[in-house]
Amino acid sequence: MAEPRSSSTHDAQGRPLVAVTGLGIVTSLGRGVAENWDALTAGRSGIRAISRFPTEGLRTRIAGTVDFLDTDPLVAPLLSERFAMVAAEEAVTQAGIGAGFPGGLFVAVPPVEMEWPQRQALAEAAGEPEAVTYAGLQQAAATRRFDAWHDLFIFGTVADRLADRFGTRGSPISLSTACSSGATAIQLGVEAIRRGEMDAALCIGTDGSVNPESLIRFSLLSALSTQNDPPEGASKPFSKNRDGFVMGEGAAALVLESAESARSRGAKILGYVLGCGEKGDGFHRTRSSPDGAPVIAAMRAALDDAGVAPEAIDHVNAHGTSTPENDKMEALGCSAVFGERIGSLPISSNKSMIGHTLTAAGAIEAVVSLLTIRHGRIPPTINYALPDPALLLDVVGTARDARVARVLSNSFGFGGQNTCLVLGDEPA
Amino acid sequence: MSRPQARDVQARDVVVTGIGLVSCAGEGIEAHLSAFASHAPPRTDAETFAPYPVHPVAPLALDAQIPKKSDQRQMEGWQRLGVYAAGLALDSAGVKDDAGFKSALPLVVAAGGGERDYAVDGAILTGLRGTNEAGAFLNERLLNDLRPTLFLAQLSNLLAGNISIVHGVTGASRTFMGEESSGVDALRIAHARIASGQVETMMVGGSYNAERPDVMVIHEMGGFLLKPAYRPVFERGGDGNGGFVLGSAAAFLVLEAAEHAAARGARALARLMPVANDRVARAPGSVQASLTRLIGEAGVERPDVVLSGATGLSDLAAEEIAGIHAALPGAGIRATGDVVGHPMEVAAPFGAALAAALCAVGSAREVAVTSVGHRRGEGVIRVVKV
Repeated sequence: MAEPRSSSTHDAQGRPLVAVTGLGIVTSLGRGVAENWDALTAGRSGIRAISRFPTEGLRTRIAGTVDFLDTDPLVAPLLSERFAMVAAEEAVTQAGIGAGFPGGLFVAVPPVEMEWPQRQALAEAAGEPEAVTYAGLQQAAATRRFDAWHDLFIFGTVADRLADRFGTRGSPISLSTACSSGATAIQLGVEAIRRGEMDAALCIGTDGSVNPESLIRFSLLSALSTQNDPPEGASKPFSKNRDGFVMGEGAAALVLESAESARSRGAKILGYVLGCGEKGDGFHRTRSSPDGAPVIAAMRAALDDAGVAPEAIDHVNAHGTSTPENDKMEALGCSAVFGERIGSLPISSNKSMIGHTLTAAGAIEAVVSLLTIRHGRIPPTINYALPDPALLLDVVGTARDARVARVLSNSFGFGGQNTCLVLGDEPA
Repeated sequence: MSRPQARDVQARDVVVTGIGLVSCAGEGIEAHLSAFASHAPPRTDAETFAPYPVHPVAPLALDAQIPKKSDQRQMEGWQRLGVYAAGLALDSAGVKDDAGFKSALPLVVAAGGGERDYAVDGAILTGLRGTNEAGAFLNERLLNDLRPTLFLAQLSNLLAGNISIVHGVTGASRTFMGEESSGVDALRIAHARIASGQVETMMVGGSYNAERPDVMVIHEMGGFLLKPAYRPVFERGGDGNGGFVLGSAAAFLVLEAAEHAAARGARALARLMPVANDRVARAPGSVQASLTRLIGEAGVERPDVVLSGATGLSDLAAEEIAGIHAALPGAGIRATGDVVGHPMEVAAPFGAALAAALCAVGSAREVAVTSVGHRRGEGVIRVVKV
């Protein structure tokens, strides 16, 4: 019996091959694939001093905010919705898939809750003479003046509005796996197509949560860089003097389609999601197992799922947050998976330029990975002036031209979330 | 070489081998079966959060499922309930001490987010009234008053994270958000992954803490809460449109491919069938029509009972009942809200778990579970006796 072979429509395991036919992206570097690709390959930074709210007294006063899109009120769920709409519009238009999207929606959204301006408005309406209490806020809510905020601050609304806008089928999935959420959205879409449930999936990661409390929460966990000056120098993955991540905003959308469906309608195939891998880590709420086993398992699971050996990977699009912990563990994990070859396998972190876009990161970096494949050009890890000598990596310090057929894109998150994708130009 | 067709692999049976429940009715399968059988009104606290009644969770001996005090301290209520119920489900499946099973067990959780520090919020809001430097004041107070670890008790995916840490369930986790429909989606996708052969086992469920004043602010906006006292779910019409009484609850199910359960000698408590759900644009009659169609899609035949997750909003409940009866004339309908209240994301997993328990003890051969979200989403889950 012959070895199983992939075809133009199915992978070696006989599953429907998952093609990408539309890409959309918004980051602090700009709107759309063209603007972002130009900026990313030019090594431009989107990190700047925060102007959205006062930063007095904060240890971190910089972020990769998307300042050219805004909403009223300026709150995380609305910003996240706006970014997602813009990215999805671009992806769906490129795919040419029609007005009613012929598949499901999987959207990674940041956890939602009421924000301070809204709490203040309720407190004011309550008019409690002494201390403000939640009982007062409840009484204010009962005036019916604030009813519109219910939908604004429940978890399913962003997905609901996206589903309405793009006409996706069935129940839209809103999900979180913390900082690997964007990759999980893609994984869910891939799995649904492989099960034959749908021929197409709209997969989105979005995050617009640069606001005082979100920033302060990360700051209190000592997760953020405090090297505010100059802002564009703060995010320096894999550098010896890295001191934390920089919050970023943005969204990315991918139209996934069974290769069979994409070919039959004559769509241009931009690349393939060849494999997805994940592994949980029960070691600690914010830290990885010291031996890196879950990170290693997630990368290997993605390679296995894609049916490729480590040698088949040409480039690693790193999670590369610029925290001391992540970059060390990621380097350790990559060394275990790729062996000595890791010293000559180009690795790069888009977060050096756009910051850590949190919920959106996995999707944004998947889009960049596919652009890297298409253009044969690896975006740099900027600010790589002082390499960490303990990490034996081939960090791409300036944009590098190379034939890139397959990329491993890593995403790791709080709560033991590890999700990796293998993206490629052709079936494995 | 012939390719496996999706249709072939979809034929794998999915069985429930573990159930973990906590709510106002107590903890465990027995407590919930007896609460269901009793038809007694659920335990209600109408005082603590007046004018909003809630169904408070029964007192739990947390040490039994969360041995380390440090773990208990790092969690907020919603996480403790969920981790506790997940532990009960692992016990029920007989895998609590099976490190190999747990390290390969994928998890899908339906959840919102965690509690806030109410005293800190109140003090900051009070202080904000007296300052002209609101931004600087807010920054200073948040930096000084927020507990650093509170963030990890709030993040939606950190219920799953805590289940991984406390119980060693480390296959990989995904957290679905989006109120009631996320619970249905979690069940649907967990089932589909096993049925299609993508995985052998799953743990699926969710957790909700109703005893927190911030969720009452959110749901009072829109007028979704019943006041001032509990009334049976299907008797909340009258002067207004009813409303929900939030209930603290957590429900987890261990699902396995039937052959996987058989191979390890596990008892199949019930069979979970493919879940049917949708999200139709809300207009008069649309929910009714959607439910009728979904009952057909789910293949519901002659259920001994329909467990409705009706929220308590009268207009939606009327459509739900009409939709059920159009497909299943004369079917008996019981509201799970009359057992545990409305636990939001947990409503569907709770209904599925109770349905499996009813099948396991022989009280039912087929149970249908329905879910109509207060803003969106309709779902039907069919559970049958093995």
